[in-house]
Amino acid sequence: MRRHIDFYLATMRMSILEQIQYSVANYFYMIGMITEPVIYLVVWTTIAKQQGGMAGGYTVGAFAAYYIIWTLVRNMNIVLTPYAWEWRIREGRLSMELMRPINPIHNDVAFFAGWKFVVILLWLPLAAILSWIFKPAFEIRLMEVIVFFLAIWGAYLIRTMLLTLLGMISFWTTRVSAIFELYFGLELILSGRLVPMTIMPAWVQNLSNYLPFKWTFFFPIEALVGSMTDLQLWSGIGMQALWIVSGILILNLIWGPAIRRYSAVGG
Amino acid sequence: MPPAISVSNLSKHYKVPEREGGMKAAVTSLFNRKYRTVKAVDDISFDIEPGEIVGFLGPNGAGKTTTLKVLSGLLYSTSGRVNVLGFEPAKRPHDYLRQVALVMGNRNQLSWDLPAIDSFELQRSIYGIPAPEFKTTRDDFIDLLELKDLVNKPIRNLSLGERMKMEIVGALLHRPRVLFLDEPTIGLDVTMQRRIRAFIREYNQRWGATVLLTSHYMADVEALCRRIIVIHHGQTLFDGELNNLVTQFSSYKTLGVSLPNPEIDLSQYGEVLTRDGARVTLRVPKAKTSQVTANLLSDLQVDDLTVEDTPIDDVIDSVFTSTEEAK
Repeated sequence: MRRHIDFYLATMRMSILEQIQYSVANYFYMIGMITEPVIYLVVWTTIAKQQGGMAGGYTVGAFAAYYIIWTLVRNMNIVLTPYAWEWRIREGRLSMELMRPINPIHNDVAFFAGWKFVVILLWLPLAAILSWIFKPAFEIRLMEVIVFFLAIWGAYLIRTMLLTLLGMISFWTTRVSAIFELYFGLELILSGRLVPMTIMPAWVQNLSNYLPFKWTFFFPIEALVGSMTDLQLWSGIGMQALWIVSGILILNLIWGPAIRRYSAVGG
Repeated sequence: MPPAISVSNLSKHYKVPEREGGMKAAVTSLFNRKYRTVKAVDDISFDIEPGEIVGFLGPNGAGKTTTLKVLSGLLYSTSGRVNVLGFEPAKRPHDYLRQVALVMGNRNQLSWDLPAIDSFELQRSIYGIPAPEFKTTRDDFIDLLELKDLVNKPIRNLSLGERMKMEIVGALLHRPRVLFLDEPTIGLDVTMQRRIRAFIREYNQRWGATVLLTSHYMADVEALCRRIIVIHHGQTLFDGELNNLVTQFSSYKTLGVSLPNPEIDLSQYGEVLTRDGARVTLRVPKAKTSQVTANLLSDLQVDDLTVEDTPIDDVIDSVFTSTEEAK
């Protein structure tokens, strides 16, 4: 355990050092990334204004708050993509990582976790500018802040598990892009990434309760900007924990058979 | 003492899809896919004693790297038994991975954007190396490879040879007992090759590490390995001392003759391999070497005469060629 903590800290440190080296590129990346929520925000605030200042139960200020926090949650949700898995398997790049006495997934989790600290730092001025332009309405309790802090890391881990599992399909299919596109479509609708889940039809909301997606976007955002009770907040953290544990169990189950299929090409 | 590496009847076969070119064959392959079995490694056996440095030779596609990957635990074998330091590599136990290292000349594990010194720190955490031991080993290796002025530069700013030296340091910081080196000097200039060879020898002597080395540079093999294993088409052609390979497979010697008159035809004495001004290289059957040497000295005015074994490159080449012809 101590060795793992040491490894995580060292990898996160490496990641932070690397990202600082490319802070300008990171900033442009983040600016590019906020285009998506700004489009949603403009559309929904326009609709809300046309409907007398409210749409689907959200005021103009509430929409602004939702999508500004969305930008942070989205950045927290960036993990190693299935495309990267496809590349490391197809090109044999996984070989050097497999030679280490630690599962490469630990490396991915630690590396991207380190990146988050740089992301949060870079996000603050962007959030300030967006807030100045769109005037979000926040009513935040301390408990919501605590749960939000845990939930964004929970979201990060759930998405890591999901995309790692998707990426590992490359061990069997070599290419995984088509499946990733399908995943991306589902995530857009069922996670709260496109619109807050409460605006979605009832059947979509029901369906989303049984899937992991909404715990990666809607729940962390709502934990901070919504009006959940403490019970709802901690139940949400419980659901995140459930999905994380499920992901770890499935990963452990398929890791062995997957590695047996690795052909370590190249070299 | 049990062997450090023990391989018995190892085979690694791949099933690869195969089809003819063109649209029709592509569409047909959707419904009726044909496969071909490629025998990358086919029933090879050998033992390597602790502390031995063994050269693993063969042409491209012979099965060298595949064998190394099976031994390091990256690939599962199709059949046969493999034991390294008492472990079954395919199970990839962490205790095993902590005691071995695989260095591939064309693969890097250090962070491209950061100075090597930062990546070394990551290696320390991966292998759980105690801080004092890590510092001693790291500084020692940096001195041996003369890297002091380079460890603080980002890897991407280093030359190929400098990067390779850093990769080797990174791979050996945990002092592995077994080293699998796959073309460690590929693409490097002669000076850098020598440095790396000297370092490998030093590491082997100091820590008693077992080394299995593949290289297309015979200079690497001649400098480091007393014993070599030659494989071709996945099968062992030769396993023994390097000197014995020359005895077994080379029935010729090379004579270098310097003459004051470069116009003289020497083809009656042997096969003329090269002619560089007054210097002629002849290939003569080993059994006739003494006779030809005596004849040359008595028939002609000779400025200089050397008798050498056939260069190891040529011997290896002739081994592969003779195998191909025998097929």
